[in-house]
Amino acid sequence: MEFLFNLISGISLGSIYAIIALGYTMVYGIAKMLNFAHGDVIMVGAYICFFATMRFGMPPLAGVLLSMVVCTMLGIIIERLAYKPLRQAPALAVLITAIGMSYFLQNSAQLLWTSSPKVFQSVVGTINGQTGLKLFDGALSVSYVTIVTIIVCVIIMLALVTFVNKTKTGKAMRAVSEDKGAAQLMGINVNTTISLTFAIGSALAAVAGVLLCSAYPTLVPTTGAMPGIKAFTAAVFGGIGSIPGALIGGILLGIIEIFAKAYITTQLSDAIVFAVLIVVLLVKPTGLLGKKVSEKV
Amino acid sequence: MNLKTMNKTTRSNFITYAMVIVAFVVVQAMASTGGISSSLKGQLVPICAYIVMAISLNLTVGVLGELSLGHAGFMSVGAFSGVIAAIYFGQTIENTAVVMILAMAVGGFFAAVVGVLVGVPVLRLSGDYLAIVTLAFGEIIKGIVNNLYVGMDANGLHFCMIKNTLEMEGGKMLLNGPMGLTGIPRIATFTMGFVLIMVCLIVIFNLVNSKSGRAIMALRDNKIAAQSVGINVTSYKLMAFVISAAMAGMAGVLFATNFSTVVASKFDINTSILVLVFVVLGGLGNMRGSIIAATVLTVLPEVLREFSEYRMLVYAIVLIVMMLATNNPTLKNAISNFTGKFKRNSGKGEKVNG
Repeated sequence: MEFLFNLISGISLGSIYAIIALGYTMVYGIAKMLNFAHGDVIMVGAYICFFATMRFGMPPLAGVLLSMVVCTMLGIIIERLAYKPLRQAPALAVLITAIGMSYFLQNSAQLLWTSSPKVFQSVVGTINGQTGLKLFDGALSVSYVTIVTIIVCVIIMLALVTFVNKTKTGKAMRAVSEDKGAAQLMGINVNTTISLTFAIGSALAAVAGVLLCSAYPTLVPTTGAMPGIKAFTAAVFGGIGSIPGALIGGILLGIIEIFAKAYITTQLSDAIVFAVLIVVLLVKPTGLLGKKVSEKV
Repeated sequence: MNLKTMNKTTRSNFITYAMVIVAFVVVQAMASTGGISSSLKGQLVPICAYIVMAISLNLTVGVLGELSLGHAGFMSVGAFSGVIAAIYFGQTIENTAVVMILAMAVGGFFAAVVGVLVGVPVLRLSGDYLAIVTLAFGEIIKGIVNNLYVGMDANGLHFCMIKNTLEMEGGKMLLNGPMGLTGIPRIATFTMGFVLIMVCLIVIFNLVNSKSGRAIMALRDNKIAAQSVGINVTSYKLMAFVISAAMAGMAGVLFATNFSTVVASKFDINTSILVLVFVVLGGLGNMRGSIIAATVLTVLPEVLREFSEYRMLVYAIVLIVMMLATNNPTLKNAISNFTGKFKRNSGKGEKVNG
């Protein structure tokens, strides 16, 4: 029973990582850049939802939608101001700009909302006064937040895969990720496509932020940093650039983390997660579902 | 010494040495006459440590061409092993300079060993995958040091992991897991920092101008072409990586012996990124740039103290604007038109000499 409980917690945590990892992986696939500021967009999303529901008394769903809208705009603005002027610049320059953007968001949040921790009220309410499902005569209790997180992740994943594979815009995104120049010659607006990718990634970050803070309710300006790094790890784990890879990488990472905490040691759980990542990358250098790109001579 | 008869590289290296020496003399003079504030005085040794971190990371990122996000991990290994060595040797040796040299040797050695352990698997990967694995190793090192307990008694040093189960006869705890190292002898001085910078510069400049250095740079510029002329990829990559790690370890010793306590979480991904920012802002492969960037960016938050809570925000904006100004073609042209007059004059001189 304990095993099952840990497994479900792991999948739930992994689902959050997967949603964040999607943002990383899509942006990487299209713009070939590591968007370090992504983790901080999560934090902004959580703050927006916190103020919308707690201060202004908006219903939870409206709060989530509002934070998605704000983060989408934020993502587009960041892309336009900081990343678009560097489209032709070396990758490292873009990376440093993304790091600068990450500092900027964290420090703005600290100025606007102070660094004192906010207690985030879960957006998932109670049913009959219960916060979770009791299964097997109460031997296993699964909170509604956990269930909602997993369901949301599955829905997002299905929607995204359908969008990328079936729609015309999705086709444009795939084309841009494969060859920007050729895509432009075919009449695809590369800049719009990249902006759209950032918009989707940031909207997902908002959802992830709300879910993350519903499960782990302390909200500070650096809330997004560590989950951001782990989700990035998850994206690499699954093969960066691949959407199903982000899902598998995220969920595996979540399960490994919870199992390491439960069965080995709490203090070294992060080290164990990263050690598994290293082993996987050594065996399969492009991640679990990554494409093998042969080098041109 | 005649600047004009030297070749371009020698002259550039000479200018870098001269810059460091002049800066050291000026700061030393200002410090003795009370010309600098006490908060800035406290920053002198950390600045030296960050400069060494920056030039050593520049060896990996700029000269070898591999992005490393775990450089602080080596700093951590060096800091903790070096400080334990400093305490151990400090029992019998009075002279702090000798203790410092021994501590640096130990710190550098352990960082180099970890560099080999990390480098052998990591350097098989490339690009962003290599970056993420170095990040992972940095976090693993942090996790391990955070759970390491070291004590010292009459029988020597004792180690254990995760839980403090040390059985000692008297003695004292040196490294207490997440509480970190306490009771560090504060033996680091600005002069030692200066000497370390000079030693690292000499090693790097001589390496870059040697056969090995050219092999390393050939690997960076075109791996396949380098391989085809018989350059051993693994050994040269490992060479640069391990030297870089050893220097980071020594910087860690210098950094840690400036404070009385040090915790493992100080050397996390944020420190690695901070150093990477110095390197990129200073210019890849340009040691002088790294030195200037490390100094300016460490002093900048101090100078911005007037803005108090806004200073990190200003820092972030400066970082973004700098990157945009130096990398965006439109902005770059605008700036070079603005400063065109200066450029043209100095450009002429260079052509004649070069």
